[in-house]
Amino acid sequence: MAEVTTTNEILSGNAPRTNELRRFMRVFLGRKVVLVGVIIILVLIITALFAPQIAPHDPIKQNLRIALQSPSSEHLLGTDPLGRDILSRIIYGSRVSLAVGFIAVGVGGVLGMTLGLLAGYFGRIVDLLIMRFIDAMMAIPPLMLALVLGVSLGGGLNNVMIALGISLLPTYARLMRGQVLAVKQADYVKAGKVVGCSDFRIMFRHVFPNCLPPLIVLVTLNLGVAILSEASLSFLGLGISPPGAAWGAMVYDGYTYLMTNPLLSFAPGICIMLVVLAFNIVGDGLRDVLDPRLRGTI
Amino acid sequence: MAGFVARRLVQSVIVLIMVSFIAFSFLHLLPGDAALVILGGEATQEEILNLRQELGLDQPMWVQYGRWFTNALQGNLGRSIFHRESVISVIAKRLPVTIYLGTLALLLSILISIPAGIISAVRRGHISDSIITVAANLGMAIPIFWLGILGIYFFSLKLGWLPVMGYTSPLDNFWLSTKQAIMPVICLAVIPLATLTRQTRSSMLEVIRQDYIRTARSKGLKEKTVITRHALKNAIIPVVTLLGLQARYLVGGSILVEQIFNIPGMGRLMVSSVFDKDFPIVQGCILVVAIAIILANLVIDLSYGYLDPRIRDD
Repeated sequence: MAEVTTTNEILSGNAPRTNELRRFMRVFLGRKVVLVGVIIILVLIITALFAPQIAPHDPIKQNLRIALQSPSSEHLLGTDPLGRDILSRIIYGSRVSLAVGFIAVGVGGVLGMTLGLLAGYFGRIVDLLIMRFIDAMMAIPPLMLALVLGVSLGGGLNNVMIALGISLLPTYARLMRGQVLAVKQADYVKAGKVVGCSDFRIMFRHVFPNCLPPLIVLVTLNLGVAILSEASLSFLGLGISPPGAAWGAMVYDGYTYLMTNPLLSFAPGICIMLVVLAFNIVGDGLRDVLDPRLRGTI
Repeated sequence: MAGFVARRLVQSVIVLIMVSFIAFSFLHLLPGDAALVILGGEATQEEILNLRQELGLDQPMWVQYGRWFTNALQGNLGRSIFHRESVISVIAKRLPVTIYLGTLALLLSILISIPAGIISAVRRGHISDSIITVAANLGMAIPIFWLGILGIYFFSLKLGWLPVMGYTSPLDNFWLSTKQAIMPVICLAVIPLATLTRQTRSSMLEVIRQDYIRTARSKGLKEKTVITRHALKNAIIPVVTLLGLQARYLVGGSILVEQIFNIPGMGRLMVSSVFDKDFPIVQGCILVVAIAIILANLVIDLSYGYLDPRIRDD
């Protein structure tokens, strides 16, 4: 921590913070694997945002005359049974993966953190009710929960996002509750009570921000989990309706043509794996930098 | 200890009641008239009325739940809408298949992950550590339905070593059954294998930094004794906890694996019933799976409390 700061920097008020950020980036991106992970995620985001500009063909337009072609300079990954360009469909499919990842984690994170915050802060009967309910959710395998919820809500991409979010919720609630229980003992929380802050203010202004670091790690790791689960659900036939492209559904569609056109299944599968791997690596990297004590716990 | 056991038992029962309520409420999430949604647009008015009565949809929700729950307590989970048999007998036919494959997968993952995690931790930074860590990371990221398809392509279609799909009971034809089980079991084992390896590695790394390990070494004990007798005993505790959680992933995995390899187990039943909206079966599956998972966690927690007095007194 022995850093030389000039008076001006101190007066400007943001010097230590910039240094912290710089140090964080240096340690975080210093490991080559993490850097590779970050690059994969950036590529994914750019691909998803600029899909119409990047994709060489229309992902939906059918042309049966060129069905099931092998890779060529015109169709780099070949075409599917309806003559649609595989590469373009993969590029558009990245939108589904990314959107589902972020929205599902958003839904699960907000609901789970709120429940965990309430349980940890109020304790007693509130804690008992919420946590037993969370235990009950944990007793149902997440994929099963998401599948049943997704179908019960009426199917479709939006409902899959909600269902996946709910299936992710228990981990957030548990982690948040544990954090709150630790932070609640801090003097600044007691001081807040003494000066008459409302419970709401203490919870959201004082307790919540101090619980965040491990939750940020969980969010990153969960993006990978959510993308993998969405792929699984779309493989089973739940999610975006045809002719829209999702990676899991593409793997399933290609399954029938495994003998003649294995690329139909292989290519989208590799994309799923790479993206999930990238989020996992970045999550692990973040955890090591933010809080090495957490190693192995989430 | 008795108090601890009693507390955990009561807790498990409360959790189970809540699970039953969650399982029950799915039917009521269906948009619109559940009976109509289940039967589709072509059903006659009479069929819809009959199903509504059969499912008890004409009663208030809490009455329905009460009736369903008391029946469930007596081992009656209702009748399947499509199989026209009792839910219990439909599930009883498929449960052994999933348990058999799941147990094999769990054994396989324990046998490989714990030694792999130990090697990786002890030889930290060596090439063997890198290979194991990379493999474990890939295992966490690989879609298992895709792994199954890769397996079918290479080992069944290209090399012809293994049958493409299907399931035979080991009691009927052991050799065929084993050949058919190889790929599904490997696919099911991937996630437990990866998570257990990572956990073993990190808790082993944690433990070998401790003072008592240095003491053991300075006493002149052989490195092998230090690792297996002193370090492993303490490092294994978090791994055992994680083991209890694997049941969730095995069931989740069976949903996908049984679909790919065409195996008549719980996972496949679950998928077809969900899409057919055969809710009595769906509710029954959730309940049976949840009971298994709650029991697994209970056993782990109790043995944990037995091994570590600090947990008991908490």
